[in-house]
Amino acid sequence: MPRIKVPRKSTAIDMTAMCDVAFLLLTFFILTAKPKTEDPVPVDTPKSATEVTLPEKGVALLTVGKGKVFFTIDGPEARKQTLLQMGTKYNIGFTPTEVKQFQTLDNVGVPIQQLKQYLGMDAEQRKALTAASKGIPTDSVSNELYNWVHEARVVEKNLTSKELLFSIKGDSNEEYPTMQRIIAILQKQKVNKFSLITTLRAK
Amino acid sequence: MVKKGGKVRSKKQSTRVDLTAMVDLAFLLVTFFMLTTTLNKPKAMDLAMPDKDEVNTEAPIAASRTMTVLLGSNNRLEWFIGEPGKSAPSVTGYGKDDIRKVLLDKKQSVQQSTGKSMFVIVKPSDKSVYKNVVDMLDELHITDNMAFAIVDITPAEIGLLKRDNIY
Repeated sequence: MPRIKVPRKSTAIDMTAMCDVAFLLLTFFILTAKPKTEDPVPVDTPKSATEVTLPEKGVALLTVGKGKVFFTIDGPEARKQTLLQMGTKYNIGFTPTEVKQFQTLDNVGVPIQQLKQYLGMDAEQRKALTAASKGIPTDSVSNELYNWVHEARVVEKNLTSKELLFSIKGDSNEEYPTMQRIIAILQKQKVNKFSLITTLRAK
Repeated sequence: MVKKGGKVRSKKQSTRVDLTAMVDLAFLLVTFFMLTTTLNKPKAMDLAMPDKDEVNTEAPIAASRTMTVLLGSNNRLEWFIGEPGKSAPSVTGYGKDDIRKVLLDKKQSVQQSTGKSMFVIVKPSDKSVYKNVVDMLDELHITDNMAFAIVDITPAEIGLLKRDNIY
């Protein structure tokens, strides 16, 4: 019997819609990749084989590079309260505009006496001041880093009733004595557990 | 009259482009970005220091199962088991074949001879860099030596480092 030929229809699907969806997803992922926060000093973190990632919230960051240390607190409310408390401790009053500026800042890198000036400057001048300053003083005479850490912990306890975790992002070629000093300051407050930030490498 | 190659090309050609390849490329890029943004999160290596003020009330660990590692300058380190001066320290590097092998071997031998796990004391000198300390901790994690402590170096040990030219 002669085979009945079924009229064949075209099997090509119109891919336009699929293409649109794909590019939409792509755009979403590119935008949600967080924009890189610039470090105040060039920090080249050492490599390690640990695969544990840092928790998102409730972590304060100490950036150490070139013998200077910078302190970053997360969350605008926590920053505001820490600033105000540091202000009362050192008898420096901060105006609401300055507080707002501080909330947008990524990190603290100038001694508290210069902080008021720093908040009033614009981006270019700030960069210059950060490069010239020595970060937060870590010597025992001024005890500034100790106080920043202490106030941040108090604020975190008040806001979230959880302990503030500390992470240290240090430059690979940082001399050990600097790290020792910072760890000693943390240990003085009985902060004995912290995380060291590293980049992933194969074992 | 000019012949147009025999065929009259007045028929309009189809303008539909096959988008399959474009979609493949787009999904490849999406997968790439999905994976790389999770890897970008900085990894954290936990470090717990003993409490400074607390006096060590536990029984001191036997010297036969402690390994002391002194971190010197120029990415060199030396290690010895037991008390300083009793056994000659050996200078080695931070590579996979150097300190990792040593840690694994000694871990085995201490386990066999004393039945307890090895305790590693890391003493970084002033001439060592942060990278050395992190590498050392990393090697300890990789070789599963979880009993370790970072302490300050003593002048006698600085002397040992000087003697071996890594200070």
